[in-house]
Amino acid sequence: MTGLLAKPARLYVNGAALWAPRLPGWQRARAILAGEEPAPLEPAPRPAPELLPPTERRRAPDTVTVALEAALSACKFAQLDPASLPCVFSSMHGDLAITDYMCATMASTPALVSPTRFHNSVHNAAAGYWTIAAGCTRPYTALSAGDHSFGAGLLEACVQAMAGRENILLVAYDIDARGPLAPVARSKHLLACALIVAPQRGATAIAHFDLDLVARPGLEPSQARPANAELVAGNSTESCLPFMEALALGGRHALLCLATPTLGLDIRLESV
Amino acid sequence: MQPLCITAFTATCAAGSGRAELLRALDTGVTGLRPNDFGREPLATFVGRVAGIEAAPLPSELSIYECRNNRLAWLGLAHDGFFDAVAAARARHGADRIALVLGTSTSSIGATEEAYTRLTPSGEFPEDLRYQAVHTPHSTGEFLQRALRLNNVAVTVATACSSSAKAFAQASRLLDLGIADAVVVGGVDSLCGSVLFGFNSLALVSPEPCRPFDAARSGISIGEAAAFALLERQDSGNRRAPRLLGYGESSDAHHMSTPHPSGRGARLAMSEALARGGVDAGDIDYINLHGTASLKNDEIEAQAIAEMFGARTHASSTKGWTGHTLGAAGALEAIITLLSLESGLMPGNLNSRQLDGACGPQVRLDNARGSVRHAMSNSFGFGGSNCVLLFAAAGTA
Repeated sequence: MTGLLAKPARLYVNGAALWAPRLPGWQRARAILAGEEPAPLEPAPRPAPELLPPTERRRAPDTVTVALEAALSACKFAQLDPASLPCVFSSMHGDLAITDYMCATMASTPALVSPTRFHNSVHNAAAGYWTIAAGCTRPYTALSAGDHSFGAGLLEACVQAMAGRENILLVAYDIDARGPLAPVARSKHLLACALIVAPQRGATAIAHFDLDLVARPGLEPSQARPANAELVAGNSTESCLPFMEALALGGRHALLCLATPTLGLDIRLESV
Repeated sequence: MQPLCITAFTATCAAGSGRAELLRALDTGVTGLRPNDFGREPLATFVGRVAGIEAAPLPSELSIYECRNNRLAWLGLAHDGFFDAVAAARARHGADRIALVLGTSTSSIGATEEAYTRLTPSGEFPEDLRYQAVHTPHSTGEFLQRALRLNNVAVTVATACSSSAKAFAQASRLLDLGIADAVVVGGVDSLCGSVLFGFNSLALVSPEPCRPFDAARSGISIGEAAAFALLERQDSGNRRAPRLLGYGESSDAHHMSTPHPSGRGARLAMSEALARGGVDAGDIDYINLHGTASLKNDEIEAQAIAEMFGARTHASSTKGWTGHTLGAAGALEAIITLLSLESGLMPGNLNSRQLDGACGPQVRLDNARGSVRHAMSNSFGFGGSNCVLLFAAAGTA
């Protein structure tokens, strides 16, 4: 494949995190995805990220808890201060439970809509809560690119890492759809992954990858092992799994991860 | 960063469809705000509603994207030869080399709201609204990528009211790194129940047409808009086009719906835009302020402007003409800033009568004319997301 870049860009994965009910945290997720231990039969309860004050841990929307859990874990992995990192948050749908609430309220009693639920309904709510909790004044963005939101987020994180020559935090997440929207939006379970990417190798680096881009119709993205794919199947951010699995397995991997139906990230990953 | 050429640009909002109408409304001081007539039980407020959306269906091959937001996007593309300018860029660079970065806040949520009002007896969406294409935030981004036939990056930025300003920053990085040779940047947001009743629940909606920076301001007027710009590097762009010189982005790290009390994030973003563009604050002729007419935003923004800029800088919010177009505001007000660079018209604060005591000499009630060489546009959003864009007139930098 001929790439869009003059020459592939070298990037390092200086931190990684994953949270799903059957992949609860990177340490276990790595072992499960590598086939070293079985996935838990009982799904884990939703995480309670320690960055949030205790009262907010309980009240926070699912997107906020799962995204912040992954974000904080990745920062700890990379031994980086969360306040120091520009961040890219990416989610196909944002908080589907709040979307269901907002639309149901608009159809019944719009004048009674909750102000807190309204400000939590913005697509950048998780990113907003993260920067507030972390005391981070660096820029963040919040993206959506349909089924390819993970790939679009990874690409933007790489672009920012190259442009600013620094570590960038990527957080990709989606949750289950609720109410009448569920059969149409179709997302299931909670899932969040986080990566810290940079053009420089950090002390905690687990892999580097060479990134190029390919643009053409009919691109076929890489797939995770069926037993692994099944653990997050149906979540709108499930396309993160081949990349996370490659990190878990170690060694060398060639991956194609889509950022749009016609644009792929051509990734040559190698553990370090 | 390298200055970028704005090869083509256009805007459609309540104050005008296309650049000529919008410029005339700005010049003659005619507001696009009108009593709210949107929805089944309209809230008692004023809105910036774009006329004719209901009577302008999408072309049949794109009908799975039918919704108010995508119709507004389609209407917006038709003005000022923008659709043709993208086609010409496609011929010049190839579809693989042109990216799309769209900013929106609520995207096509109006279609999801409508589905909830027309559920079948078994509680399902009505047949005509079962397409996932209109029930996800990337709806308008995907629609535009297909309508414009582009194969490079196509992504939606949704950081509330800074969304489409941040789209310019993201586009600039894609061009700088050579990932794309041209980028269509857009901002599209349309009226829907969620924002009207949502902002109302926060006691931020005014019962009268909004009065930015007025001492007696009473909140925001919500509007809708579609605004687009085509960005290219100087090596391939039109040398007579205006330039994007810089951008600044920051986070408040303070509160989800209230700005930092000292405007920390706003100041950071303005300073960074000036530094990245290599321009001194004293060289800024015009600033299009965020100026929502909410009590807090205007007070904090006015103080920051008074401290950072000299008396010769003319600053104003144009939301008295257009309403607050939320995720589209960054792009719409970037286009208004470009119109100012092109025409020398520096708008005042329409509907406002007595400026707030926090305002320095920069914030003006009335329109003025002059030589506008460097201009900025401020956008600050919920979740503490700030973005400032810095532009220069053609032939300046």
